Amino acid sequence: MTTAAKRLPTESHPPQVRDAGADFDVQKVRRDFPILRQRVRGRALVYLDNAATSQKPQVVIDAIRQYYERDNANIHRGVHFLSEHATEEYEAARRTVQGFLNAADASEIIFVRGATEAINLVAQTYGRTNVHAGDEVLITAMEHHSNIVPWQILCEEKGARLRVAPISDSGELMLEEFERLLGPRTKIVAVTHVSNALGTINPVQRIIETAHRENVPVLVDGAQAVPHLKVDVQALDCDFYVFSGHKVYGPTGIGVLYGKHALLDAMPPYQGGGDMISSVTFEKTIYNKLPYKFEAGTPHVAGAIGLGAAIEYVNGLGMDNIAAYEHGLLAYATEAVSVIPGIRLIGAAKEKAGVLSFLLDSIHPHDIGTIVDQAGIAIRTGHHCAQPVMQRFGIAATARASFALYNTREEVDALVEGIQKVREVFA
Amino acid sequence: MPDLRELYQEVILEHSKAPRNYRELATANHRAEGYNPLCGDHFTVYLDLEGGSIRDISFQGSGCAISKASASLMTQSVKGKTRAEAARLFDQFHKLVTGEWSANGNRAELGKLAVFSGVSQFPVRVKCATLAWHTLHASLQGNQQTVSTE
Repeated sequence: MTTAAKRLPTESHPPQVRDAGADFDVQKVRRDFPILRQRVRGRALVYLDNAATSQKPQVVIDAIRQYYERDNANIHRGVHFLSEHATEEYEAARRTVQGFLNAADASEIIFVRGATEAINLVAQTYGRTNVHAGDEVLITAMEHHSNIVPWQILCEEKGARLRVAPISDSGELMLEEFERLLGPRTKIVAVTHVSNALGTINPVQRIIETAHRENVPVLVDGAQAVPHLKVDVQALDCDFYVFSGHKVYGPTGIGVLYGKHALLDAMPPYQGGGDMISSVTFEKTIYNKLPYKFEAGTPHVAGAIGLGAAIEYVNGLGMDNIAAYEHGLLAYATEAVSVIPGIRLIGAAKEKAGVLSFLLDSIHPHDIGTIVDQAGIAIRTGHHCAQPVMQRFGIAATARASFALYNTREEVDALVEGIQKVREVFA
Repeated sequence: MPDLRELYQEVILEHSKAPRNYRELATANHRAEGYNPLCGDHFTVYLDLEGGSIRDISFQGSGCAISKASASLMTQSVKGKTRAEAARLFDQFHKLVTGEWSANGNRAELGKLAVFSGVSQFPVRVKCATLAWHTLHASLQGNQQTVSTE
């Protein structure tokens, strides 16, 4: 890959036929992630559980350490040097996120704990204001529990109805069914950009266009999308977009809610407390302007700064390069795994990112997970917090290998070898 | 490094593929359900209790090799035993799979259940090995609620 990257375009190697991701030096990238250097169970770590959480590059670890070593202070309040500096860093991270999503304004970026909190925030503020008895919330059959349960809670409270657009046997959203379910009673659509259990990339652009024709706002759960795809919230015209920092090489405990300014502005606050107010008397409280209205209490300053560093890191590599490299890797893995006798892939959408879910004969995924773990290979086994997806396919669980920008074809080969070992044990 | 063969012993693999007493029990007067939300394992244990003794026992459900083999071997081990004997066996089995079994303990009491000794090297699999036992315990208590290992 390095050779290909350095090779200059010539007659015999015109640039347009270069390997997808050829500009991407994965060995160099791997050196940025200290955790990948270790051995587990006597073997080189093969970390293929990235859809659960990703590893952190040194620049993120350094940013967090530096913040606590040098810059720690509470923000937005102090007149002293450190507070001013910490505030600057925190707001710079917000602008980094703004650029990453191409939001129109930094005030549309709300720092939260993660995608789950962001969805709960929208359900409890926008939802409670706009969804009433007899109304409907429309989701899909491939949602993570975090994009199901907050809406169920809302619907139960309001006497509203949760509608679920079905998915096909290949794990794709059935668009005609989705469009049929979208109606005058629909008050919000909440849909995942990329499925965590299947890897399906949803046609969110079309979903949003369709919903907007009915004047229905759309929340996109981008937790599994932002590590793999370039996201432009203005081009998508989505009303809300949420993601978690830790899945895109940032720290845990920090995530983002993007919302269109007019929508966020009209929404009541989620939590009350410090920083979200502009003035308080016992008679009346005036809420702070955006984004602070939704950031009650001292926020996760170090987390936001760490997330900013993570985004700068992926920006440095180039989201398009990452996507191209990962696309090639997933194609390689799909081919390598699917030829193993007894393998059944779950999720065969035409557009996929990051995820390879599979079954092996009638062997329980938990047994697969334990056996490959003995070779230092970390995969996820279970229902992946998407039990309705499992029910859709009539299974209890799958084994899931999920990829990140630092994974290699050699690691895919190790996984294949691990699966062969499973077959031997159960032969 | 723990040895996979210690965990996946032949007896365990064989029982997972062809579990014994795997059926609904027509004469059951007690039953309980066990669920492991971590991996989705789900078992129903049926009991025919007669005068404080387990006259017959069976199970149904789905789960990993460890949980299924454990359920199968459990039914064989406790059939004909009194409640107190079954409870004592569970206690010993639990000690075995959690590695609390004393070095000079008499494994003969455990009989075939001794094949689960390898589980103690795989702490995350203890829940799999004990799910059926927790369910049996609930069934003996007449607990109709689903037992969870979480």
